[in-house]
Amino acid sequence: MIVGIPRALLYYKNEKLWTKFFDELGIDYIISPETNKEIIENGSKYAIDETCLPIKIFLGHVDYLKDKCDYIFIPRIETAQDTETCLNFRAQYDLIKNAFRKYDIKLLFYNEVGHKKHKEYKAFKKLCKYLKIKKSLGKYAYQMAKQTQLYYELFRSEYQENILKNSKKIKVLVLAHAYNIGDKYVGEPILNMLKKLNTEPIIAEYFDAKRCVKESLKVSKTLPWSYNRHLLGALELYKNMVDGVILITTYPCGPDSMCDEMIVRHYKDIPIVTLTLDAQDATAGIETRLESFIDILNYKRKNSYE
Amino acid sequence: MNKDIVACFPQWGSYSCAFRYLFENGFGVKYMTPPPLTKKTIEIGSKHSPDYVCVPFKYCLGCHIEALEKGANCLMQIFGACRLNYYGELEEKILRDLGYDFKFFNMAEINFRSPRSILEHFKIVNPNMSLVKIIKSLPTTINIIKTIDKMEDYIRKNAGFEKDKNALEDTFNEFKEKLNKTQNTKQYKKLKKEYTKKLKSIKINKPHHPLRVGLVGDYYTVQEPFSNYFIEKELENMGIEVYREMNLTNTIINSKYKNSRKTGKRYVKFDIGATANYTVAEALKYAKNGLDGIIQVKSFGCTPELNAQTVLQSISRDYKIPILHFSFDSQTSETGIKTRLEAFYDMMQAKHK
Repeated sequence: MIVGIPRALLYYKNEKLWTKFFDELGIDYIISPETNKEIIENGSKYAIDETCLPIKIFLGHVDYLKDKCDYIFIPRIETAQDTETCLNFRAQYDLIKNAFRKYDIKLLFYNEVGHKKHKEYKAFKKLCKYLKIKKSLGKYAYQMAKQTQLYYELFRSEYQENILKNSKKIKVLVLAHAYNIGDKYVGEPILNMLKKLNTEPIIAEYFDAKRCVKESLKVSKTLPWSYNRHLLGALELYKNMVDGVILITTYPCGPDSMCDEMIVRHYKDIPIVTLTLDAQDATAGIETRLESFIDILNYKRKNSYE
Repeated sequence: MNKDIVACFPQWGSYSCAFRYLFENGFGVKYMTPPPLTKKTIEIGSKHSPDYVCVPFKYCLGCHIEALEKGANCLMQIFGACRLNYYGELEEKILRDLGYDFKFFNMAEINFRSPRSILEHFKIVNPNMSLVKIIKSLPTTINIIKTIDKMEDYIRKNAGFEKDKNALEDTFNEFKEKLNKTQNTKQYKKLKKEYTKKLKSIKINKPHHPLRVGLVGDYYTVQEPFSNYFIEKELENMGIEVYREMNLTNTIINSKYKNSRKTGKRYVKFDIGATANYTVAEALKYAKNGLDGIIQVKSFGCTPELNAQTVLQSISRDYKIPILHFSFDSQTSETGIKTRLEAFYDMMQAKHK
């Protein structure tokens, strides 16, 4: 049995968890390649025009995997850190089922719902039952995978904080969802641009989720989306340690459309720039905006020293 | 009654009559019927709201600004399962940034598990309110909503075939105007009896097999006629029987959609959020009942409805029923909608024969 994992959406959040879990159980898996122009174009064929870019990319990855494996792994995560996720994550299973009706593909999933403590483990337990794997073996695999994921996150967050404390370059906090900033086609060009401009991009997504979500309660009482709370909390925590903030959203992202407005209205004394990305790959416009933004940051820093 | 507090809820269908009754008799504050939506409302709303937020937000914001300028000072916003959950907080932020002074009753902030939290939030509207009065006025409010929905349902199914044009609509408008003056249950009951009779007595000339169309879509767009560019009226003028089940009675009061996930099991396995499951269940019902077509109306970028749209396409293929998808933004041309509707009508008629 070969399981195909699309390299999109939740993969960037649970990369180590999924791969290690299948490794431990001895199940073969393939991961779709990094996003490229062709994948986006293929994905757009299945999607409705208005859907957001990450979903189009996701559909493209599933399209790539559809005849290369027995199962496609599409988990469904409804809640995270006591708040909801974007509605697209709830619907991805049914979306794929209906969009790829002709091809008769088999889907493998785990379903994380509710606010109980061990909801993730319970979801994996059901997955193991479906795969006809012994309970004890499944539990062991899950625990190993979870530990790997946690260590990976801890390492990432400590590494980020180290940079934040020691770097003397201009520091820019990048607020973007994991599936945007981790993507080769969407987020990486921007990070490369920032490095080229001799700045240090700090990725908000890599900070500890639990702490950030807790911190975000100070700013907003009713923000319903967990992943946006994560970003907002990171900004609240480190706003004094960075020079500027970059908001990266994809068109037309539902949660971001409202949360970004809130951020711009709430933090009035921090320089913020909003970049809205599209399926088009013209980077000149973004490059110009980033350059002028970094110029402002440089100028601001010089003035504050004098 | 406390006359200093003027409450206002954004324009939403014909429900302002019911809300007025609740606020004046229950909370004991003055209620301002929100100014009717116009092109100007949406212009003001889109000017101050973020670029690609869904259109209902722009309508609500525009309506609130217009109400504030007319003298309202207590605004409110409901909550829901999608972006609607965050409407209240962002709206309050934007209005405060604009420099208005008002009280804001945000239902998303209430913790419905604790009675204390509910009471505290109710006290935002009127500090001296009495809970007994609110509970006493609730049954009549619910009955008003039910009556409005029932009458609108009747009108939708018959307005296309009436002998004198607009007779049903005029009678209903008269009813709403009189409803806005009722003060107690007795008056309301008398009014209801009178106007139900009046509506039923209007002569209707319905053919044996008229064209029938089902209307589905997101919660606000399908219920507020201005935001869907009076699509119901347009269909009625073509001589079509319009079916629509999404209203307050069916969703909240009767919870008719409890089994919606079971109904649509073949197409949707999980809860896909907000009204999407209702849309699928409703469309499936219409398709099974042999309606001639389904029209889906939604605001631009509405996530749950977008996911439902993919499912609707599968239903359309399986049951061979035409489905027309409308996506409304703040700048949708009316002629474009009319042309598409006419083409859809021609297609349905060709199929009907």
